[in-house]
Amino acid sequence: MSREGLINLALGLGLLAFPLWAEWAEEPFMITLSTRVAILALAGVGLNLSLGLGGLVSLGHAAFFGIGGYAMGILASHAQSYTPIFEWPLVIEGTKAMPVIWLVAIAAAGLLALAIGALSLRTSGVYFIMITLAFGQMLFYFAVSWPAYGGEDGLSIYVRNAFPGLNTLVPLQFFLIAYALLMAVLGLAALITRSPFGLALDAARQVPVRVETVGIAPYRLRLIAFVISGMITGLAGALYADLNRFVSPAMFNWQTSGEIVILVILGGTARLFGPVAGAAFFVALEHLLGGVSDYWRIYLGLVLLAVVLFARGGIVGTLAGREAADG
Amino acid sequence: MSFSLFVEQLLNGLQLGVTLFLTASGLTLVFGVMGLINLAHGSLFMIGAYAAAAVAGATGSFLLASAASLAAAAAAGALIEMVVIRRLYSRDHLDQVLATFALILILSEGTRWIFGSFPLYLSIPDWLAGPVTLPGGIRYPLYRLTIILVGLVIAAGLFLLIARTRLGIRIRAGESDREIVAALGVNIAALYTIVFAIGAALAGLSGALVGAIQSVQVGMGEPVMILAFVVIVIGGIGSIRGALIGAILVGVTDTLGRAMLPDLFRLFMDNSAATSVGSALASMLIYVLMAAVLIVRPTGLYGARGA
Repeated sequence: MSREGLINLALGLGLLAFPLWAEWAEEPFMITLSTRVAILALAGVGLNLSLGLGGLVSLGHAAFFGIGGYAMGILASHAQSYTPIFEWPLVIEGTKAMPVIWLVAIAAAGLLALAIGALSLRTSGVYFIMITLAFGQMLFYFAVSWPAYGGEDGLSIYVRNAFPGLNTLVPLQFFLIAYALLMAVLGLAALITRSPFGLALDAARQVPVRVETVGIAPYRLRLIAFVISGMITGLAGALYADLNRFVSPAMFNWQTSGEIVILVILGGTARLFGPVAGAAFFVALEHLLGGVSDYWRIYLGLVLLAVVLFARGGIVGTLAGREAADG
Repeated sequence: MSFSLFVEQLLNGLQLGVTLFLTASGLTLVFGVMGLINLAHGSLFMIGAYAAAAVAGATGSFLLASAASLAAAAAAGALIEMVVIRRLYSRDHLDQVLATFALILILSEGTRWIFGSFPLYLSIPDWLAGPVTLPGGIRYPLYRLTIILVGLVIAAGLFLLIARTRLGIRIRAGESDREIVAALGVNIAALYTIVFAIGAALAGLSGALVGAIQSVQVGMGEPVMILAFVVIVIGGIGSIRGALIGAILVGVTDTLGRAMLPDLFRLFMDNSAATSVGSALASMLIYVLMAAVLIVRPTGLYGARGA
């Protein structure tokens, strides 16, 4: 097994072992923190597909994170008030069933990613960064000024949504749901990376001209990658809203996009388990520094600056060396 | 909507556009010359506003406060350029995004640390307060009219600086080929610091001018920075003329949209639904404008091909 494989195994097992220890030590808050790590890592795995493999630096993934959150909020709020979402042309009721919510979140994020991607991918480089940022912010302002679902105040859900056979209010059980989804999506990401599609996408990032020469359109590859990426981040958004039992326009805020990008980079761009390492580091930093100082974001900024300027390759890249991934 | 209200909203849009131009021109200049995407440009806007509020509080003079905003933002810009930004020119855009995002965290939290979480207030000076009567009997706040004039004068000055002065020639030359410029004996590092400081100073002044209309608080720079991004995407990255046209388009579209859309929807909806649908759509209007420009011209109105 390669060094990166060992690191991945350690990260995967570590993320499982920590909340099990916390359960034994009766520290439920630590389990909640682990759930946060798993969910943010899931959002990061989504972004990593477009940013790492596709080379598409999106600063607008909060759009997908937020739409996932609102999919959960809207469905669950209608279910808890027993009012249908639509009465015409057909009656659509809200729901508290997680699997249904996830599917709706994934579909909504996928459609949104298709629309944003189709427009943004007409450009590249710095235009792409600014345009994804702008579209993310558009949804933020829309969520703030649309009063039907709480507007600026957001939506609260009284009871966490249900998963058949489990009690999601028990922290460890909810963690296991998030962890299982994370592992499944990591497996999917590994498959995508090795598939012909993933290889072509990787090639389109490195030498787009050659990909075109062999008859593959980079635009289509990138659009598909962007849509899958958005769907995964949307699923993470639905889980995140369920973790907090609250969704607000803050999920759409561009700072959220920035934080997802940060944890991908901190972990190691284009590394399979990079987002897991990055999310664990980010949440640990937030928790530890947040206890020391109200102004902990200054230190987050300094750490980030140091990583960008001096430790390129992120956590996994630094530990595993340059063997596995190229540039 | 009556004619005088329409003119008033049009002027409001122009005023927003002019302040956006002050912020966007620095962004686009820095991108054009150094190839750098700077997310922390909004923080320089904020620094200008805080410097102005602090100096106005101490001296009571609005002119001194404006000068302080220029000086503080230029100094902060030069310092940031020399310590951090300079190391990023040779990096890819992703590294630039991250490092400047880190700068936002540091500058925002640092400002909150020094000045606290409560907003500061910068008041309009007495000699600029109150309305003036425009031709046609339209009354409009003198302060906003002053902002429009100051902004247009600065825009003209910036065009002259770039087109007519030795510094402008060097900036344009640095944009095309930095090696040749350096070989001709221009200190390219100093040139970059000066360009960055000019952009910072303009953003800082914009922060001070807007600060007297809104409140001065941490995080005030980011919405402006994102609007400035929309402006330069529409105008074409690297083009000052594009930034001016884009800024005025965005300012007028946003202001008129917010004023007129709810009324428009009231024609075929009941009042409260029209207000909510209208205001929600109005908040998205400039992004729709951006998308429309992108479909027609992916590199913006005045952008070079393949940026």
